[in-house]
Amino acid sequence: MNILNSLYNLTDDNLTDTKMSRGGYISNLFGIAKKATIITAAVAMSARAEKGSVVQSQTALTDALQLALTLEYLEDEYYAMGLAKAGLIPAADRAVIQQISKHEAAHVSFLKAALTSMSVTPVAKPTFDFTVKGNFQPFTDYNQFMILAQAFEDTGVRAYKGQAGNVASNKDVLQAALQIHAVEARHAAQIRRMRGNKGWIELANDGNMPAATNPVYAGEEVTMQVGFNTANAFGAAAGSAAFDETLSGADATVIASLFIVK
Amino acid sequence: MKNIINVSGKDATLDTNRRNFLRLSGMGIALAGIALAGCKDEMSDNPMTSIFDLGEGDVGVLNYAYALEQLEADFYSKVVNSFYTGISDTEKQLFTDLYHHEVIHRDFFKAAISGATSKVLPTLEFKYDGVDFKSRNSVLATAKALEDTGVAAYNGAGRLLTNLDYLVIAGKIVSVEARHASAIRDIINPKSVDFSGNDVIDANGLDLAKTPAQIAAVATMFIKTPFTWKEQGIG
Repeated sequence: MNILNSLYNLTDDNLTDTKMSRGGYISNLFGIAKKATIITAAVAMSARAEKGSVVQSQTALTDALQLALTLEYLEDEYYAMGLAKAGLIPAADRAVIQQISKHEAAHVSFLKAALTSMSVTPVAKPTFDFTVKGNFQPFTDYNQFMILAQAFEDTGVRAYKGQAGNVASNKDVLQAALQIHAVEARHAAQIRRMRGNKGWIELANDGNMPAATNPVYAGEEVTMQVGFNTANAFGAAAGSAAFDETLSGADATVIASLFIVK
Repeated sequence: MKNIINVSGKDATLDTNRRNFLRLSGMGIALAGIALAGCKDEMSDNPMTSIFDLGEGDVGVLNYAYALEQLEADFYSKVVNSFYTGISDTEKQLFTDLYHHEVIHRDFFKAAISGATSKVLPTLEFKYDGVDFKSRNSVLATAKALEDTGVAAYNGAGRLLTNLDYLVIAGKIVSVEARHASAIRDIINPKSVDFSGNDVIDANGLDLAKTPAQIAAVATMFIKTPFTWKEQGIG
C-alpha cells in the first residue's frame, strides 16, 4: 500500500466512516491535516456543530497518537534490528543504543495501551524497509546506522511537538506526550553528539547529514518566535538552536513513509 | 499573516504580527510604569505587598517559565565568565552554547510577557550556596540538576496552559532543555545510559513531569528574591 497515494485518495466518505478496515485506519492516520479541514467543513455544513466539535477533537487526539505509534514502531524496530546484527554496533556504544531501544519499546507499549483505553484499535505495525530500496545500508555500515538514527530522533522530536495542539484536549495525554517528547530529545542529542555534532540543531540540516535527510531539518533555521528575533543577541546559529521547530503530521508522514513498505 | 494570541488571566491579547507585537510590548512597559508609579507609596508603607505573584492562567505559567530561564541564564553567565579550572575547548563551547540558549529563552519570555500584560516578573536575584564555580564536578552537577529540573517543570506545566500557541512555544523550548540535559549527563558519564538515565525516565519511557510546587521546592534553593504563585499553592 502506498501511503502517500492513500493520503491523496481520501474521500469524505472514508474519512467519516467510524468502522474502518485496518487499511482505513492507516489512511486515516496519515491524513490528519487534510481530514481536520474536511471534518471542519462537514461540521459547518451539518446541524450538529456542537457534537461535531467534540468528535473532531477526540479524533484529532487519537489520530495524533496513531501517528506517534507509527513513528515509535519505526524507531523500535530499527534499534532492535541494529542490536540484533552481529558486529554492527561497537561494544562501547551498545549501552547507549540498548537504552534508546528500551525506551522506544516502552513507548510502543504505552501508546498502544493509551489508544486501547480510549476504545480505539492501535494501528498495526507497518512493514519497514530501512534500506529504502537499497539506498541505505544501515545494518552493515555503522556510520549509516547512526545517520538514520539521528534523522529518526530529530524527526520524532519535531513530530511530537507538531501534535501538541491535537492532544491538548486531554491533559493527561498531553503531559505523557510531552514526557515522551523530552525523551526523544535526549536520544537525539546523544546520537548527534556520538556522531561528532552538537546536541542541538543550529540552522537547518546542521550535523553532517546526507541531502536525503534535508526534509527532517527544513524550517529548523527560523529565528522569529511570535515576533521575537532570537538571532539578535548571539546570531542566527544560537537563535535557531534555542528553539526546536515543529513538523506537521503530513510532513512527518512523508518522512516516515519513505521507510514503510506497507 | 495576522495571528492573535489570547492570554487567559489579565487584560491580555498578544498580537504576534511583528509590528503589533512590538507596539503592544511598548504599551506593556508603559502600563507597568504607571502601575509602579501609582503604588510606590503604598509599597514602601507595607513591604509585604511588594512580593510579586506570578499571576493567574497563562500569565502565571509564562512568569514561571521566565523565572526558571532567569535562573539558568544567570547560572551559565557565571560559568562562562569564569570557567572552571582545566576546562577543555569542547566544554567551553558547550557551556557557551547553553549560556546563549538560556539568555535567549529568558529574553524571549520577558518580551512575550511584556507584550501580554503589565504583570512581568522582575529580575530575580540568585544564590549558589554550595556551588564551587572553580570545580568541574560542582558546575556539571549543578547544570545537570538545573536542566533536568527545567525539563520536568515544562513537562508538568504544559497542561496548565490554555493557549495553544504558548503550548507550542513551551514545546520548542523544552526539547532544547532536554538536549542540554542529555549532553551534560553524557559529559559527566560518557557513553553510559545516563544521557536518559533510569533516574529520570520511568518504565513507560516517560521523562519526569513535576508540578510547580515540586519545582519551587528545589528552585528556591537558588532564588533569593521571594515571589508567590498563589494559584498553584506557592507562597
